[in-house]
Amino acid sequence: MWNTIWTFFHKLASPPHFYRISAILLPWIAIPGYLLVAWGTYNGLFVAPEDYQQKDAFRIIYVHVPSAYLSMMAYMIMAISAGIGLIWRMKLAHAVAAAAAPIGAAFTFLALATGSIWGRPMWGTWWEWGDPRLTSELILLFLYFGYMALRSSISDTAKADKASAVLAMVGAINVPIIHFSVVWWTSLHQGKTLLAEGGPAIDAGMLYPLLANIFGFSLIFGSMLLRRVRTEVLFRERRKRWVKELALGGQPA
Amino acid sequence: MPGMITAFVATTQRELLLSLRRPGDMLNPLVFFLMVSTLFPLAIGPDNETLKEIGPGVTWVAALLAMLLSLNSLFMSDYEDGSLEQLLLSGQPLPVIGLGKTLAHWLVTGLPLVIVAPIVAVTYRLPNEVIVVMMMTLLLGTISLSLLGAIGAALTVGIHRGTALLSLLVLPLSMPLLIFGARTVALAAGNEVYSAGIFFLAAYAVGALTLAPFATAAALRISNE
Amino acid sequence: MNHKLEAADLTLFRGERCLFAGIGFALAHGAVLALKGANGSGKTSLLRALAGLIDLEEGTIKWDGRPVLEDPQQFRSQFVWYGHRTGFKQDLTPLENLKFDAMLRPQRDASPRDVLCSVGLEKQMELPMRQLSAGQQRRAALARMLIADVPLWLMDEPFTNLDVAGREFVEATLGTHLTRGGMAIIATHQALSLSVPVDELVIQ
Repeated sequence: MWNTIWTFFHKLASPPHFYRISAILLPWIAIPGYLLVAWGTYNGLFVAPEDYQQKDAFRIIYVHVPSAYLSMMAYMIMAISAGIGLIWRMKLAHAVAAAAAPIGAAFTFLALATGSIWGRPMWGTWWEWGDPRLTSELILLFLYFGYMALRSSISDTAKADKASAVLAMVGAINVPIIHFSVVWWTSLHQGKTLLAEGGPAIDAGMLYPLLANIFGFSLIFGSMLLRRVRTEVLFRERRKRWVKELALGGQPA
Repeated sequence: MPGMITAFVATTQRELLLSLRRPGDMLNPLVFFLMVSTLFPLAIGPDNETLKEIGPGVTWVAALLAMLLSLNSLFMSDYEDGSLEQLLLSGQPLPVIGLGKTLAHWLVTGLPLVIVAPIVAVTYRLPNEVIVVMMMTLLLGTISLSLLGAIGAALTVGIHRGTALLSLLVLPLSMPLLIFGARTVALAAGNEVYSAGIFFLAAYAVGALTLAPFATAAALRISNE
Repeated sequence: MNHKLEAADLTLFRGERCLFAGIGFALAHGAVLALKGANGSGKTSLLRALAGLIDLEEGTIKWDGRPVLEDPQQFRSQFVWYGHRTGFKQDLTPLENLKFDAMLRPQRDASPRDVLCSVGLEKQMELPMRQLSAGQQRRAALARMLIADVPLWLMDEPFTNLDVAGREFVEATLGTHLTRGGMAIIATHQALSLSVPVDELVIQ
């Protein structure tokens, strides 16, 4: 049993196998993802009841919450795969980390933008330093920038992989600390949080579309990640025979 | 074969001796710290109440930037003259050597900042009790900054024009230190309970002391490939 | 103790380029191996990979029959590195530099002063390194090799910046090391004239 699993992962880690398996896997992740988001967004925007206080403005949570969730998730995926790559010298894991960073940064930006747009009618201002979530999202965006800047300033891919892996792991340890410190910082000023923790129970009509969107966004994220890893693998292996054969129209050996 | 402690002490001693031979490296961050602290009253105006309010934050930001400025040279000269290679290829554990270098960096950069900070604080009209708290936060905070910054310096050591990159890497990581450092001093200034911040900074310093040397060592090996 | 260094199947890529593949050798005590090849052929890279400064794509290196990756730090205390740069701080004197070096690896029972005298730096040992000529700096670096009590010397282009006398001095120093039962691996594009036979490994 364990042997079978181990062999499966070992095979998956080999680039040509990964390339073949991921092609089969991709539609099975992407299509349910887009269907879920379509259902969740339709129900969230048109079917779910209006919020008692925030009226229609609350509906931006159907984009904001999944993006914020994925911005953190992507960082953890990036740090864990970077760690696997560094410790077990697994090249595919480094490719995953490299591919995850820009998507994570994009979701972080989306979370910041939607949070800011949401804040406009709620707070009457585009930016509120007193909101711990927005502030820690901003620092998270800086962490992504640092990671990508380090990676792009080292031309040797193998070296860039390893150096950025160290940074990602140091960052991953710091993400919870940053969040904790920002929460402490705003608690001194009675921050105006949009989503109160342990607040009143949310209406089922609002909740299900949100859950569908969180799950759907995750699947879409997964498919985007897979696509980027495929490109990354092709680029990194561009001098290898299997890629050349693939480019000439043959099947990978 | 000499022991680990001997190697640690020898590394620290060598770094201190080198700083003595080049006192500029030690003085520049200190002067920078004083200058940045002067910029704020000039930009904001000489109103005492405002200055008292921004004092803790300004001192902390200036100290953070001064530390950052000095970090670039932490491993740079070792990289250039080949002594980093010798350290990497020695029979001693690299985290210990890195920690020795970091300790020396803190002694010549962090500690002087802690000692000079009261001068700045007095000009910002902070009362004496608050100045003591400020020195405590800076003492703990600069230790963590040296350790955290050493990782960044190790990651960027071989990179051409790595100074800006170093700031980009270390600044987001150091934000919790800034938050707790500056806010703790502000709380003390407002006669509020401030011990939580001191505990946090102490815990952070202990954590950094335990983990950062290993990250620094790993980063140094990668950068020197 | 008689030591033994074995390497097999060494393969190294630099970016996209394969520098060498499937290289192997064995080195016993008292023997010297010269790494030959044109500029950029990868002899320095091979030496750096042997020292553990860069990761090999494939291959195993064994010290006394044990893979060095099992305990790299133990292996590092068995050799001393002589690189392009001296690895000495320019603001310190040769004596201070050498004393610091004593902390890094096992040392012979000789005082740093005596060793510096033996490489001909009796007048310069208390001057900052930056005041020494290039040749004198190389001699200071040789003092590091002499004072280290390690079986293996790894030398990268040891004859750069040296005149004829300096060159002969390096060769004499190497001879002493080898007759003591030491071993050496030297990356160089020049021919070595030593009293012992030199193995050669040519990298294409």
